[in-house]
Amino acid sequence: MEHIDFSLVDWSRAQFALTAMYHWLFVPLTLGLSFIVAFMETLYVRTGNPEWKRITKFWMTIFGINFAIGVATGIILEFEFGTNWSNYSWFVGDIFGAPLAIEGIMAFFLESTFIAVMFFGWNKVSKKFHLLSTWLVAFGSNLSALWILVANAWMQNPVGMKFNPDTARNEMVNFWEVLFSPVAINKFLHTISSGYVLASVFVIGVSAWYLLKNREHLFAKRSIIVAAVFGLVTSLFVVLTGDGSARNMAQHQPMKFAAMENLYVGQQNAPLVAIGILKENVKEAAHKKQDFRFMIEIPNMLSYMAFLDPNAYVPGIQDLVHGNPEHQILSYKEKSEKGKIAITSLAEYKNAKNAGTDSIASAALLRFEENYKYFGYGYYEGRELHELVPSVPTTFYSFRVMVGLGFHFMLLFFVVLVLTLKDKIAKNKWVLYTALWSIPLAYIASELGWVVAEVGRQPWVIQDILPTIAAVSQLQPASVQITFWMFFLIFTALLIAEIKIMTKQIKKGPGEDAPSTDSATANN
Amino acid sequence: MFEAFSYITLQHYWWIIVSLLGAILVFLMFVQGGQTLIYTIGKTNDERTILINLLGRKWEFTFTTLVTFGGAFFASFPLFYSTSFGGAYWVWIVILFAFIIQAVSYEYRSKAGNFLGKRTYEIFLLLNGILAPVLIGTAVATFFTGSQFSVNFMNITRLTGDKMPVISEWMGPAHGLEAALSLHNLTLGLAVLFLSRVLALLYFMNRIKHAEMMERVKKQLLINAIPFVFFFLTFVIWTLLSSGFAVNPETKEVFVEPYKYLHNLLQMPVVAVMFVLGVALVLIGIIRPLTCFEKCSTKGIWGAGIGTVLTVLALFLLAGFNNTAYYPSTFDLQSSLTIQNSSSSQYTLTAMSYVSLLVPFVIAYIWVAWRAIDNKKIDMEELNEETHVY
Ligand code: HDD
Ligand code: HEM
Ligand code: HEM
Repeated sequence: MEHIDFSLVDWSRAQFALTAMYHWLFVPLTLGLSFIVAFMETLYVRTGNPEWKRITKFWMTIFGINFAIGVATGIILEFEFGTNWSNYSWFVGDIFGAPLAIEGIMAFFLESTFIAVMFFGWNKVSKKFHLLSTWLVAFGSNLSALWILVANAWMQNPVGMKFNPDTARNEMVNFWEVLFSPVAINKFLHTISSGYVLASVFVIGVSAWYLLKNREHLFAKRSIIVAAVFGLVTSLFVVLTGDGSARNMAQHQPMKFAAMENLYVGQQNAPLVAIGILKENVKEAAHKKQDFRFMIEIPNMLSYMAFLDPNAYVPGIQDLVHGNPEHQILSYKEKSEKGKIAITSLAEYKNAKNAGTDSIASAALLRFEENYKYFGYGYYEGRELHELVPSVPTTFYSFRVMVGLGFHFMLLFFVVLVLTLKDKIAKNKWVLYTALWSIPLAYIASELGWVVAEVGRQPWVIQDILPTIAAVSQLQPASVQITFWMFFLIFTALLIAEIKIMTKQIKKGPGEDAPSTDSATANN
Repeated sequence: MFEAFSYITLQHYWWIIVSLLGAILVFLMFVQGGQTLIYTIGKTNDERTILINLLGRKWEFTFTTLVTFGGAFFASFPLFYSTSFGGAYWVWIVILFAFIIQAVSYEYRSKAGNFLGKRTYEIFLLLNGILAPVLIGTAVATFFTGSQFSVNFMNITRLTGDKMPVISEWMGPAHGLEAALSLHNLTLGLAVLFLSRVLALLYFMNRIKHAEMMERVKKQLLINAIPFVFFFLTFVIWTLLSSGFAVNPETKEVFVEPYKYLHNLLQMPVVAVMFVLGVALVLIGIIRPLTCFEKCSTKGIWGAGIGTVLTVLALFLLAGFNNTAYYPSTFDLQSSLTIQNSSSSQYTLTAMSYVSLLVPFVIAYIWVAWRAIDNKKIDMEELNEETHVY
């Protein structure tokens, strides 16, 4: 593999991870706040109470500040598939491109059209039309999440496609299979509901700050009630769909699952480690057992979680790397040999076809098809096996922090809701501080979710078929390094600007409901 | 119903859709043109606020059209996506960068605590206004002039040797910057820049109620129309007189044909009519407001806008239809991309074609929403009543 330029691969990955994680700082708030604002405006239109209008407008301003930077970071992701993952763009473009295009046509236009009405329409369109626009913005942004997550889910579990040896790419054969794959559905539901949770925590945290400052009592309590109800319901959903995600993972990405659980040796009645601290990290494949400094485990739980059967066998990293004939698991060595056969047969097929020797071509094609399942492993023939194992500590800890925080948020929503309904919230300083400090925690949980999903699937871009090293564009590593720092600087500067503007706006508060509250004169 | 279409019909259908999106994008770049005129037309703070708010209510559409154009190109002609974006890296990265800085500028410019200062955001808008039209124009010009790259699907079977297993390899030394430095490409880039400024001025005429600004707009219209016409004609004549990249429909072999684009124009009368009509409409759209300002000034944007869409559409069709390679490689002719060898599978194009039926519906609701909020001309009075001001 002297021909693989690893620094190019690493910088390209770093650039994608950087831009994706920045994008994801803004997306979940957009997803959730758009619905929260729509609920608030519905209450305003229903009751005609101007206080609800004031509440709606304040959160809408926050929404707008966040939305702009979400758009700025989103455009780069879409084009990065071409600029930095050009092989990938051809190899799976036939399937992957469609969701991106549909996203543009169906979702982004809906979002951007009605956002204009939402912001500029207050004095120009009827109340009902305005409310409709707000709802359409919420649906539009969530629809855009659908298509991009379908695309991402397909990379974790490629279905509905067939490889075409003449064009050297995967072609879609069943659109519905791509759209309705269980992985896609789970991923979509888990991701958007996690966005709702994050937005609810955000609204509650900001409202708690007002109460701590002894300002805006009515505004804060009403905001809290809307957000806490929304958050409580959707956090249940987050847990359910997260559990579903883990089950899908156990089926389709057993290595990710084993790494996430630090499970080196497969076993029946596998216990779930609820809390644990890992021993230092030996080269992953060299481990002989699961090492913990400290742990609390729940017997049989992992087997049950993965396969709904406490006696089920859960394969470990060792089994996946070295094979386990008893459970019909091939070793990575065998897989990479088969993969190499697939790759070389493809070349033979093409050469024979060009030379016009059809019998050789069809024999090669047959060999190719028998081994295609392991195509991607072929690039690892003769390599160190631990390169095929994702980082265990990263996935192990990220997963546990995410899940732990999930339960923390659920509890928070419950406590805050009860206290607000009893009108005792303003006195509970302790709860208010917890709510305020939960805002950064929600962002951490959300980002860590993607770390589990994306780091855990390394080294695959398309599970088992296309590894990261074969997906990249041929560029100078120095070029990618320069663009990495360009994006780093501009996104960081914009993030600082966003946070400063937002805190200024929050400190200023919702103000009166006079038309000029947030107009140019006040802002200049 | 799309199942009944042949593969080649679908490929043509999708080339038309992509071309149409590209054409609408060029028209909507009046936002970019406007951003380069803020200081020329707006002399006081209030005047600039008017201009920025006017443009700020439309920038999202340009942006979204760009995103959709990219997505549709990816879905229908993925080989272009992987070859051009990964190859002409620097041109595309600079274009993207110019859009990143635009997206926040309207919302953040006048907000308290915006960290970089009002002026910085205005410079962002200016940079976006210049870079986007010039570079998108030069990138489109490479459809006629070619780039240096090679495509070989079997590269992914490289397991040894000293080259990466990458299908599309770029041979241009500067990863795309060479395209922006070619004079022929630049004439189109500059034509698009001045066109976007002309369109912006016509848009201002249509939407602003402000006597002094209108005087400046009128003067600028002539100043920008002249270089636009000059660069545009230079590009068109240069291209029609140059050799082009033809494909033999039987063998699929690509070869250089003298006057190929002139031949295409003559062999596709519909495209020729579209082209001539488009150019005429643009010129009428510019000239009418100059000659009968009082009465015709608000209409110019319509003529010039529709004219722009028709002209750009015709240019794209010249590049892709009639057995032409739309993304030619001057390094290895046979690597050139045609709408046949670079498209998605028939299944995907069919599935996507159903989605394309939504487009008229999308255009309809955009129309309804715009009507609802653009119901009167804009001035300071209107802005003072407004709750959301940039
Ligand atoms: C779960 C949701 C989600 C995920 C995983 C992603 N996005 Fe995103 N994206 C959104 C949800 C979203 C959004 C909520 O709809 C945004 C955020 C702010 C906005 O304007 O819309 C958005 C904006 C946004 C834009 C600007 C759209 C516009 O013009 O309005 C682009 C081009 C992308 N995204 C592209 C991507 C790509 C290529 C992604 C994957 C690599 C991606 N997004 C991940
Ligand atoms: C917005 C949410 C997302 C976040 C936060 C995210 C996060 C990450 C991270 C952290 C990496 C680096 C992994 C590593 O190098 O170890 C990565 C890589 C990658 N992700 Fe994502 N991702 C997101 C969405 C997506 C989506 C939706 C797709 C595709 C549709 C995608 C495709 C990729 C690709 C192609 C790479 C680079 C190759 C690789 O290293 O695997 N990501 N992402
Ligand atoms: C008890 C609660 C939770 C469980 C069991 C859970 C489980 C999971 C699992 C297994 C994945 C990986 C899916 C994959 O790799 O394909 C995941 C991903 C993710 N999680 Fe969670 N999670 C929980 C709570 C949360 C919370 C509270 C948030 C954020 C507020 C969150 C946000 C995410 C995100 C954004 C992803 C990446 C998208 C995806 O792959 O679905 N999760 N979660």
